[in-house]
Amino acid sequence: MKKKSLVKPKNDKWALRLYVAGKTQKAATAFNNLKIICEEKLKDNYQIEVIDLVKNPQIARSEQIIAVPTLVRKLPLPQKSIIGDLSNTEVILVGLGLIESNQYNANHNP
Amino acid sequence: MNKNNLQFQRKVLPKSPTSIQGLDDITGGGLPKGRPTLVCGGAGCGKTLFAMEFLVRGATQYNEPGVFISFEETEKELTANVASLGFDLESLVKRKKIWLENIRVDRTEIEQSGDYDLEGLFIRIHHAIESIKAKRVVLDTIEILLSGLPNPHILRAELQRLLGWLKKKGITTIITAERGDGTLTRQGLEEYVSDCVILLDHRVNDQSSIRRLRIVKYRGSTHGTNEYPFLIDEDGFSVLPVTSLGLNYFTSTERISTGIPRLDTMLSGKGYFRGSTVLVSGTAGTGKTSIAAQFVASACKRNERVLYFTFEESPGQLIRNMCSIGINLDPWVQKGLLQFHATRPTLYGLETHLTTSIKLINQFEPSVVILDPINAFVMGDNQTEVKTMLLRLVDFLKMKRCTAFFTSLTSAGENMEISDVYISSLIDTWLLLRDIEIGGERNRGLYVLKSRGMAHSNQIREFKLTNNGIELLDVYVGPEGVLTGSARLSQETKDEAEQLLRQQEIGRKQFGLERKREAMDAQIVLLQSEFEAEESEALKVISIEKARNERFAQDKAKMAKSRKGDVYMKTVGTNKKK
Repeated sequence: MKKKSLVKPKNDKWALRLYVAGKTQKAATAFNNLKIICEEKLKDNYQIEVIDLVKNPQIARSEQIIAVPTLVRKLPLPQKSIIGDLSNTEVILVGLGLIESNQYNANHNP
Repeated sequence: MNKNNLQFQRKVLPKSPTSIQGLDDITGGGLPKGRPTLVCGGAGCGKTLFAMEFLVRGATQYNEPGVFISFEETEKELTANVASLGFDLESLVKRKKIWLENIRVDRTEIEQSGDYDLEGLFIRIHHAIESIKAKRVVLDTIEILLSGLPNPHILRAELQRLLGWLKKKGITTIITAERGDGTLTRQGLEEYVSDCVILLDHRVNDQSSIRRLRIVKYRGSTHGTNEYPFLIDEDGFSVLPVTSLGLNYFTSTERISTGIPRLDTMLSGKGYFRGSTVLVSGTAGTGKTSIAAQFVASACKRNERVLYFTFEESPGQLIRNMCSIGINLDPWVQKGLLQFHATRPTLYGLETHLTTSIKLINQFEPSVVILDPINAFVMGDNQTEVKTMLLRLVDFLKMKRCTAFFTSLTSAGENMEISDVYISSLIDTWLLLRDIEIGGERNRGLYVLKSRGMAHSNQIREFKLTNNGIELLDVYVGPEGVLTGSARLSQETKDEAEQLLRQQEIGRKQFGLERKREAMDAQIVLLQSEFEAEESEALKVISIEKARNERFAQDKAKMAKSRKGDVYMKTVGTNKKK
């Protein structure tokens, strides 16, 4: 299921997009959680773009977004998406490929 | 439509007309306006099409633009799929009448971390509605969301919020869902949609498929509760409620010949009513098709079009066989007045048979339609379905003022009247053909079992297939019973001989009488001449006597005069007294 190859932070910038619907509590939580993780794991090697679907409803169609907040890893490829307020850090780390799923499983299912 | 509008006004609950043929009749005007309707059914039962037709009809006929949110098919696929039904989605989308949107949910691509909601979906639907000012929305098939996204608890709550939100916006919504095992929908969506639930069903019975529609519930409105057959064809979706057609078609008093003069006579001298339904039933080989062919030939002679559905013989075989009894149908086929349509009843389901028939009838516009035989459709226990199909066909033909002619094969030994009883009520004129077995022979008999609206004959006629078509003969009814065939012939010769004898006897009697009369006349003449002779003799004597008397009186008067005048009178008087 999951990519086995460990994606190491490279010099290429990580492009992350966070889709939200208005300035909600969930949106703020998600952004803060994402910021913390990125600061910790990617340092300055990342870029977060927050898109408010209320203002740009047509993007929801072109990007096939239905749940919010949705985090999409645009770069590096392949594209990956995670939904929710990003309160579960491990899922994000595995989902974004910042840690290997084996490592995650080892930590959580000893 | 007028009828619907009337009903519509009486109802408190506003309705959104679907314009799907027949559906508005059974829902009393359409789906609940501004509320969600759940359409559920198994795979391939026509849910998407139902929803799409609701939108397209709304957009084109009621100026109610619609949004189609598809969770399964892409916009391109949808457009291509319904193009075959005559819906030009591309142009409707361009004219902002329809909004197509495909929402792709791929479980494997999505991870969940923490709480989320479906605000994105709301935004998309809202954007679509606002873009074209939509009044109708279809969510096809929304339960894909339930399996496509993690955390069903959130999804269910969001789904309920979505429906509430659409209801508040006053949008008439159709939600489609797969039928579950023992439940209406696989994901229990019926819990959320309580206003109207329509169940579509696609069932195979004895290898033929029948589509059915049932309104499971319709809050705040009366509705037809039966299972109604429905069709999907080139013209889209059509529900065929038996009752929607009513019994108010035009009735003709025109009569048309059966093609058999003596049969016309049996039907009070003029034949069938135009636009009536005729059934000829009988056992194998009793000549049902021949009677049909004779009717066809007579209709073609009147320059009327005939559509002949044959379910057992090929047209070529039928024409050849009919030639053997002197009915040549080929020229009519060449002339384009007669069209054959040969199919095996098993080729497709009853509904499709009905639609094909209706379509062909609409194309060819015949005034006579033959179905030979109708019971080819009866397989297993589907008599009720066959009856419903025929009922609808008969209704359609009556509206078209076509004369329908059905043949029906009954198995030998069965009571014929009972075996066809399931369609009896549809039939106006019912001819029964039966075998009469007497004296080692099998002969055909025909009688009119019923014929509405005419004083028909109660006689059984012997029915013969000759080189010049069908001939009806009187059966022999006498002290020996009902006789047909050779028995009738021999009885008739016997009768004739007796008749001859009797006639000779009469001749003899008459001759004798004549002779007597002649003798009497001669005597009369003789007596008369004798009398005349006597009479003239007597008259002569009388006149002589008279002359003598006169002279005597004169003489007396002269004598008296010569004596004394006044005595004369007295003398005369006394003389007279003496």
